Formats: sequence, structure tokens, C-alpha cells
Amino acid sequence: MINGLIGRKVGMTQVFIEGGTVEPVTAIEAGPCVVTQIKTAAKEGYSAIQLGFGEARRLNSPERGHLRELGLFKHLREFRVADTSDIELGHRVDVSLFQPGDSVDVSGISKGKGFAGGVKRHHFSGGPKTHGQSDRHRAPGSVGAGTDPGRVFKGQRMAGHMGNQRVTVKRLEVIEADPDRNLLLVKGAVPGARNGLLEIRKSRGND
Amino acid sequence: MDIGSVVETKVNEDIPEFGPGDTLKVKLKIIEGERERSQTFEGVVIKMRRSGASANFTLRKVFQGVGVERTFPLHSPRLEKVEVVRHGKVRRSKLYYLRDLSSKMAKAKVKSRAKDELR
Repeated sequence: MINGLIGRKVGMTQVFIEGGTVEPVTAIEAGPCVVTQIKTAAKEGYSAIQLGFGEARRLNSPERGHLRELGLFKHLREFRVADTSDIELGHRVDVSLFQPGDSVDVSGISKGKGFAGGVKRHHFSGGPKTHGQSDRHRAPGSVGAGTDPGRVFKGQRMAGHMGNQRVTVKRLEVIEADPDRNLLLVKGAVPGARNGLLEIRKSRGND
Repeated sequence: MDIGSVVETKVNEDIPEFGPGDTLKVKLKIIEGERERSQTFEGVVIKMRRSGASANFTLRKVFQGVGVERTFPLHSPRLEKVEVVRHGKVRRSKLYYLRDLSSKMAKAKVKSRAKDELR
């Protein structure tokens, strides 16, 4: 059973569902994907499939060798499956995999925020805005005790690079899946900017 | 794929063209559990947001001396009927300045301009 797809974020909009209420949705151009490799417990130690998505203009020789006649794919992603016995190389998957009402997990690379301070990155509350404060408005505050332990503990939340990392949003409801247009509408927001690559998986316990 | 083409918005034939400054009478379907009834809201269009499927407009009226504003999604299936009561002639697209005017002034302004247009 193939349980995932690769897609591209189109953007957000809204739809009216039955009863006339508005739902915010993210449009995803998902699939069609082709199975480009099957990994089995016997050979690789675990069972998974690799899917290809998007047309590549140019591939290097090892990539072309890997894909052979399956087509030129820009993106390859792996999806764990329980059983690979019913899956063939070159098998095509599209959004008919999902039905309205299903719940899916969507993974992507979040928007990069650069080097961000504690207030933005960890929701620190910053310092007082008034009462003679200077330079303390967005300061992180104390990072630990004094001579004992005499160091800052590992994992102390501080300023640093934020975003541009893999984020998964779980249990988003599928509002619409249109195989003719390769269009998937899920309720709510998904990680990343428009045109960002997404992996869409069926949520666990959904089968 | 473009986000504008994702959700088709049917042009509702029953909704006439209108713009900021117009006075509208909107008939709205209200669902209360099992029962269904209609409610009307009349007011001046103070803003319109034309953005595909998310398009909406806001009506303002003064009820018992209190300003009331209500925003409706343009493509809502719950909009039963939209009727243009009066065309207003205004010189900007967002009529937020009406909020600061006393109700009398706001009314007079829109009315007199509508008269100009009718002439």
C-alpha cells in the first residue's frame, strides 16, 4: 500500500463547505508520482518505496542510471511502506490516493527567518517596556545560575537560526482531491513558501 | 498552477453589481438547528475586497445610535438576495471616514451625492 505523495504548495484560499461555512484551505499540486525504487527488508533492511515527482531538465549520469527509462524526475523522496509485495517499479500514483475526509500529515521546509532573537524564536516575553529600561526590551534574561554550575546548560534556548528546517503538520483534513487537476485541498496551513516541495502522507491509524 | 484558478467562483446572477458607497439590502439565510429563516441587513458598502474566492464586502449602518458593521463573503451560498437600494457617489474605495462622521452627516453626504448622479 502506497501511503504518500510528493507535491508542491500552490497557496491558500478558502472554500464554502456544506451549510455555507467557510474553511481555510491550502491548495497542493500533488503528483502524479512514479515508483522509482523499491526497498525491501531482504536487501536494504527495511521496506520502503522511492517516488519521483516533477520534470527535471538535466540530470547527471548517476541519476539517469538510477532512473533508467522511468522518466526524468526533479525530486525523489522515500516513503516507508509496510509491504512492498504488491508494488511494481514504474507504478503511477496520483491524488486519487486520498478521499475527502481523510486526514494527512504534510511535511515541508519551513520559511527561513534568519538569525532570530529569543522573543521571535522561543516566544520569550522580553523585558519591561517602561520604568527606565534601556536595551532590555527584547533581551533573553538570565541563562542560568552563578558559580555553581559555572556554565550554561546545553539546550538553553537562545537566539539563533530559525526556520528553513523540516516541519510536519499532522492530521490535516482533506477537503478535496481532484485527480484530473492533480489538486489536493487540505484544511489549514502547511509548512513552507509557495512552490515549496511537500510530502503528503496518510496519517497513522487512518487506514 | 495558480492559486486564483484553484477554486472556481461562479458568478452569482442574482447578485447585482455594486460598489463602495452604495446602500444594499442583503437577504441572508440563517440556519438554526433544523429551522431555516431569512434575515435582512441594510447598510452602506464601506469596503470591498475583490480577491477571487475570498472576496467580501462590509456593510455599515447606524442602529439606535450605535454603528454596526457586518462583513459578508461575496460568494457565500447563504447570501439569498442582494438588492441595491441606492447608488452612492463617493471618491474613494474604502469609506472608513464614515465611521468618524455623525450619523446625520454620513447620511446626508451619501444621499446628496446620489442625487447628483441621478440628475
